[in-house]
Amino acid sequence: MNWFSLLFGSEGWGSLLLEGAVVTILLAVTTVPFGFGAGLALAVLKLSPSRVVRGLCEAFTTFFRGTPDLLSLFIVYYGLQALIDRVSKLIGLSSPIELNAFVAGVIALSVVAAAYSSEVWVSALKAVPKGQHEAAHSLGLDAKRTFLFILMPQLVRIALPGLGNIWMVLLKDTSLISTLAVIDLLRAASEASKNTTRPILFYSAAAAIYLVFSILSGVLQSRLERRANRGFA
Amino acid sequence: MLDTLHDSAAALLNFEMMSRYGWRLVDGIWITTQVVTLSVTLGFLIAFLVCRARMSRNRMLSGAAISYITFFRGTPLLCQLYLVYYGAGEIRPLLTNLGVWWLFREAFVCCVFAFSLNTAAYQAEIMRGALSSVPKGQVEAAAALGLSQFRISRHVIWPQAFIVALRPFGNELIAMIKSSALAAIVTLLDLMGETRFIFARTFDFLIYVYAAIIYLVIVEIIRRVWGLIERSCSRHLIVATGETQSRGQDEGRICRAGRHGLSHGGAPQGQRA
Repeated sequence: MNWFSLLFGSEGWGSLLLEGAVVTILLAVTTVPFGFGAGLALAVLKLSPSRVVRGLCEAFTTFFRGTPDLLSLFIVYYGLQALIDRVSKLIGLSSPIELNAFVAGVIALSVVAAAYSSEVWVSALKAVPKGQHEAAHSLGLDAKRTFLFILMPQLVRIALPGLGNIWMVLLKDTSLISTLAVIDLLRAASEASKNTTRPILFYSAAAAIYLVFSILSGVLQSRLERRANRGFA
Repeated sequence: MLDTLHDSAAALLNFEMMSRYGWRLVDGIWITTQVVTLSVTLGFLIAFLVCRARMSRNRMLSGAAISYITFFRGTPLLCQLYLVYYGAGEIRPLLTNLGVWWLFREAFVCCVFAFSLNTAAYQAEIMRGALSSVPKGQVEAAAALGLSQFRISRHVIWPQAFIVALRPFGNELIAMIKSSALAAIVTLLDLMGETRFIFARTFDFLIYVYAAIIYLVIVEIIRRVWGLIERSCSRHLIVATGETQSRGQDEGRICRAGRHGLSHGGAPQGQRA
């Protein structure tokens, strides 16, 4: 069969690839709030006065940033499953709970993204002048409002380039989930090439889709940055 | 008391597993070292060419270099690795005719091939950033002194660019060590591969933690060594302002989070997956 009908024909594999692409995007997008949110929490804890808290958070970051992402994913994935098994045995469940692979993937990716993004958040938190805090306080804003309306807008502007890079890493990291049991874009390409023995065609197609995502992300990122920096020279 | 202590230590460390399989981890470290060293070195040579092409005035050349860099930085390394590893099998007749099939038959060679091409894209951007960070006046001054083109490169541009590029290169080396774990997926028995092998035999989750600690130690050693090299290379700059050093460290922390603080040109230089 020629490559066109293999991809776009009625018996073609294009639809599987597209479904995979949707899963890839879903994985990455679902991870963002958890990963970046946890990263921010981690960053706040890293600046806490308690030495123990700071030490623990630094250790967490160092561990997940110093080990290969693939290994981190395995550790979180299998570790989580082992933990669930133990807990369900403890509370006396007869049938073990199987962890949904997609959920496990999101959790694993979030842990890695949190470790990476916490460093970006820390430097952003340090860059917001102390006077902002004091001014908000003297205006009578409570802690929650200070954070939401004073700190957050400034943080995002400073952290945006760094977070953008982590998003790019995250987007590509989702391909590692294909080694678990999720049919993402890369896994779909693998399935297609196994069934047709045309790996070059399908992996190239997958690469092209990833490339489109990366380029779009780049465009979006520069737009967001321009928007966040409006009013600044 | 001593017995229970010993028992819990045995459960936590699993001496039996380590005495049976410990050497496999050492073999794995050796393979990982080989893959990374070869890939980074070959990648450097390719990056040199790509960087020259990228900075050339010829539209065709720089366009080709930009496409190369965009492709290898915009797609997952695992996808590139599959493309090389399984793709080589598909074009086997062609490779046999060219007389290189015996090379691409090996997972090791496929990994080095894919990793070199990938790291070359990242290194080329680092080089470009460093080279364009050297002020134009330096080149003009050197030319005015009557230095030849070669000498301007050798004695004026490269030494200054080298210092700027050092930290991003270190980050790239560390990123490469971490991504070399992907080799395990295409059956290479590197550190990650041996770890998976041992896990398949023992079903002891602990082995993954051991492997993680080994990677961590390797990465940490390289970071420390790199810090020493950097300090000795830029000692003439540190004396000038007392605070350079502490600021440098702070920047390093940002860099490792994937944002190469010293990159120029504004292109995103995130790590790869």
